[in-house]
Amino acid sequence: MALWPRRGVARAPMSARDRRQRVILTAEGLRLPLTLASRGTRAAALMIDLTMIVTTIIVTTALIVLFARAIDADKVKNGTGANDLIEALAVFWIIAVFLARSTWFLWFELGSRGATPGKRLTGIRIAARPTRDGAATRLTAEAVIARNLLRDIELFMPLIFIGGAMNAGSDTTLAGWASLVWFGIFAGFPFFNRDGLRCGDVIAGTWVVEAPRRKLDTALSLGQGAQGISTLTGAHYRFSEAELAIYGEYELQVLERVLRDNRPDALTEVAQAICHKIGWSSGAGDERAFLDAYYTQLRARLESGMRFGKRKADKFAGNAGG
Amino acid sequence: MSSSAAGRLGGTVVGWFSRREDAAIAAAEQASLRSDRFRLEREADWRRLEAMLVRIESGRIGAISDDDLVALPALYRMLVSSLSVARDTTLDAATLGYLEGLAQRAWFVVYGPELGFRGWLRRFFGGGWSASVRAIGPDILIALAMMITGAGVGWLLVAGNPDWFYALMPAQPGDVRVPGASRAALYASLFGKSHETGLAVFAAYLFSNNAQVSILCYAMGFAFGVPAILLLIHNTALLGALLWLYHGQGLTLELVGWLSVHGTTELFAIMLAGASGLHIGRSMAFPGGHAVLDAAAEAGRRTATVMTGVVLMLIVAGLLEGFARQLINATAPRLALGGFMLGWWLLYFFAYRGLAGRR
Repeated sequence: MALWPRRGVARAPMSARDRRQRVILTAEGLRLPLTLASRGTRAAALMIDLTMIVTTIIVTTALIVLFARAIDADKVKNGTGANDLIEALAVFWIIAVFLARSTWFLWFELGSRGATPGKRLTGIRIAARPTRDGAATRLTAEAVIARNLLRDIELFMPLIFIGGAMNAGSDTTLAGWASLVWFGIFAGFPFFNRDGLRCGDVIAGTWVVEAPRRKLDTALSLGQGAQGISTLTGAHYRFSEAELAIYGEYELQVLERVLRDNRPDALTEVAQAICHKIGWSSGAGDERAFLDAYYTQLRARLESGMRFGKRKADKFAGNAGG
Repeated sequence: MSSSAAGRLGGTVVGWFSRREDAAIAAAEQASLRSDRFRLEREADWRRLEAMLVRIESGRIGAISDDDLVALPALYRMLVSSLSVARDTTLDAATLGYLEGLAQRAWFVVYGPELGFRGWLRRFFGGGWSASVRAIGPDILIALAMMITGAGVGWLLVAGNPDWFYALMPAQPGDVRVPGASRAALYASLFGKSHETGLAVFAAYLFSNNAQVSILCYAMGFAFGVPAILLLIHNTALLGALLWLYHGQGLTLELVGWLSVHGTTELFAIMLAGASGLHIGRSMAFPGGHAVLDAAAEAGRRTATVMTGVVLMLIVAGLLEGFARQLINATAPRLALGGFMLGWWLLYFFAYRGLAGRR
């Protein structure tokens, strides 16, 4: 059977989105299309996560300080019970900061959504890269751990570089430049490979893909409009074979989008274009019924062609019917 | 009696199906396109699967009835076949997009991580950790050689010219551990009780710091392992310099005892982290028959288990350093504890074959 056609290839130079399309082959032999997340989306997700981490740390710190104030930390003498409590608070703080920094990503990406809060908000998730022949592989806990251990040199090291230099009061600009170059190498890494992998993805065998959550739209061929009968005027639209043979699948899907959006000016425009093309005189006011009828009959024609293995990609393609 | 029960069950099943089918057929009759009828007949199952996915994705697996859980694989397969039929028969982009999105989500759930967190933990301690350590054996030997070299270099450098000591160990105000220090001062530094208060804080700080260093050591493997080697050598050169300093005052054994309490665990962990980094670097530099990316991914996953263990070992080391070393104030018990820890790790990693053999 023919592959699912990639319209963008034939029509125009590949768009940025088409370039991010990948297909994996599941164990059931299903070809599952995936869209790699764009680098901008991933950067946004990271920013959201970092903001959340910093907020968590600040809130934890503030709570601990407030609590310490409440038990009047300064006046507590060594060796008393309250002193032990202060000590416990300090331990808790160190552990909390370590956990926030090191396990935030780990914890969320190990969940069934495979995404941190930032990734969820931007609609992306992590997945295992397929093998070289395209067979899909499982995401493992080890892979998630590996990809997040690498985050340290990609993100936190430059900060430590600058912070260390400023603390020591030494040549901050040199350290700044060094960390900038260092950071540049890792931040730039996704730009030097086709799949937008960062170092952690390379090591773990993962990639980041879009996780669309689409609602099922209503079926369009329901009701009277689809049967060609206008509920408004009672007119009966029926198109001849020749009038339907002009358009292909691409135009059908443009029409579908227009019908689902249901914007009056777009409906009028498209209805006039079709009328012009098939040589009908376009009336006004009954565009929706006209387009419903044309859509249903065009789709019926193209789908019956499909069942016999004849497809017509767009209006420039040869006639599928003949 | 059994036949009547079967009859009742049969009746329920038939009623259940026919009710659903009736509704579907009624809806499908409305549609004038064959592909839309196909869709309407199956829509209820798709939506049932979608509702389950939503609950699983939000972590509420408990909210799913047993019937649904049993039906999940079947619903997934049904969806897969719906999608392949739809691709060949329908031109409804919305339905195709929905089905593809749903199939993707279902695939991630059905083929998600094969065991839960608890199962993973059991496998980790029950042999997975040991096996992954054994798998990078050659790299551990290289890392060990690097560390011994580093200590040797540190010793020789400082022995040749004591000024090197300051280069290796940046002077901190009040630190008595400098060349030319008296025996008494050095002895006091080993058996003093400087951290008696705040031991827990000290331990937590040490852990956090060491964990960061070891993760760095591992991550450096990505640059073909060279920085990992440098990090290993630098850290142990410091150790060599310290050994030289205490050796000069005849306190070698006392220093070794002082170090061994936590050092056998901590240095072991750092060695494993360095070895993991080397393993990644090595498999990227010499991928053999694999593509570089595949080789890197395989090495990365193998060493991730080791690294999880390294972090755990560093927690143990932090506790030993923060508490045990300050509380045990004599060389012999310190050596005994350090030796015991070393023996324990060696046995656990190289002698323990885990549950894998029994299964």
